[in-house]
Amino acid sequence: MSAEVKEREPLFSAKNRKLITNPLNVDNPITVQVLGICSALAVTAKLKPSFVMMLSVIAVMTLANVIISLMRNGIPPRIRIIVQLTVIASLVILVDQVLKAYVYDVSKQLSVFVGLIITNCIIMGRLEAFALANKPWPSLLDGFGNALGYGWVLLAVGFTRELFGSGTLWDYQIIPQAFYDFGYVNNGFMILPPMALIVVGVIIWIQRARNPQLIEEK
Amino acid sequence: MQELFNIFVKSIFVDNMVFAYFLGMCSYLAVSKTVETSFGLGLAVVFVLGITVPVDYLLNFYVLQPGALAWLNPGFVDIDLSFLSFIVFISVIASMVQLVEMVVEKFSPALYASLGIFLPLIAVNCAILGGSLFMQEREYQSLAQATSFGLGSGVGFFLAIVGIAAIREKIRYSNVPGPLRGLGITFIITGLMGIAFMSFLGIKL
Repeated sequence: MSAEVKEREPLFSAKNRKLITNPLNVDNPITVQVLGICSALAVTAKLKPSFVMMLSVIAVMTLANVIISLMRNGIPPRIRIIVQLTVIASLVILVDQVLKAYVYDVSKQLSVFVGLIITNCIIMGRLEAFALANKPWPSLLDGFGNALGYGWVLLAVGFTRELFGSGTLWDYQIIPQAFYDFGYVNNGFMILPPMALIVVGVIIWIQRARNPQLIEEK
Repeated sequence: MQELFNIFVKSIFVDNMVFAYFLGMCSYLAVSKTVETSFGLGLAVVFVLGITVPVDYLLNFYVLQPGALAWLNPGFVDIDLSFLSFIVFISVIASMVQLVEMVVEKFSPALYASLGIFLPLIAVNCAILGGSLFMQEREYQSLAQATSFGLGSGVGFFLAIVGIAAIREKIRYSNVPGPLRGLGITFIITGLMGIAFMSFLGIKL
């Protein structure tokens, strides 16, 4: 062990930094890996629930990654899925209780979607692909990075839908009354669920147009 | 009887799992490349939802609800175990999927051959857990209601995934702009399908 300690890489080496920055763009969980779509779409009608959802996912994912990474040598491979689900479910129960205690109205808005963090495929995916094979610190960074990559898409969608759908941001009026006097109307369509899909579709379009290596083969 | 039918139809069209709540999106996007595979996955989801929702209903009714344990001992009336529901539901789903897989393999090898690969995938499909959580939130009154809700949600998912698979098979011959190809266009088509399904909103059953 002592030999290893000497060669230990700095906490934020280039490799570790990549673990955080890659999921933000070229390896984004939502737009590239196609994981965790369900919750991403359903809670984004407003900015505030999107933000709360992002925080919950960051908390669950970072902790789950660290816990599984600490236990990685003790989990028999045959039952690993059940072990992972149990760890995630316990963390989600914690988050759910905290939300109910401190931000009850948001927790009501999110309704079943907090529970659905359990089956959020990003978390399972990262546990399977990363935490089971890596040390706790890189796993922590990886979990944090992926949750952040998930979070920014959530915030972007929530921002667009709330701004154009209700003319507000974080429940504050943004579009001035003068606009409405000239006949500007909120686009009620943006509030409806299907628009979330179309907004994400457009985000994917922009992202792939800027990163041509992501374009799919015909 | 009519009430059961109403719940069934409502959960297929008005409260469609995919278009109204975006549940099961991951497998919906990943397994919808051809009609044949999506048909298999759709059937498996109907099957599993039809089993897990009633089982979770019974658990919720007799164990988890506030005061549900009163049938064991009148002293347990104050016990509220509902905070445990996530972990109970997900274990029921995971073990049910395993059980269904073994039973199907034993008694119907033909069905197993067509469903086989999709069954394990389903354990982490959010539509299944979502079905149980919605069942709990909406407080269905009887086992029959919960069952018809479960089956209806499954059929709704089935319709959605077979529909998108058919469209994706056709769109392969169209000239989609490069960056939209594949995932992007699927999102937008799903959005348009969702808008079509919204026309069912407001239908009172």
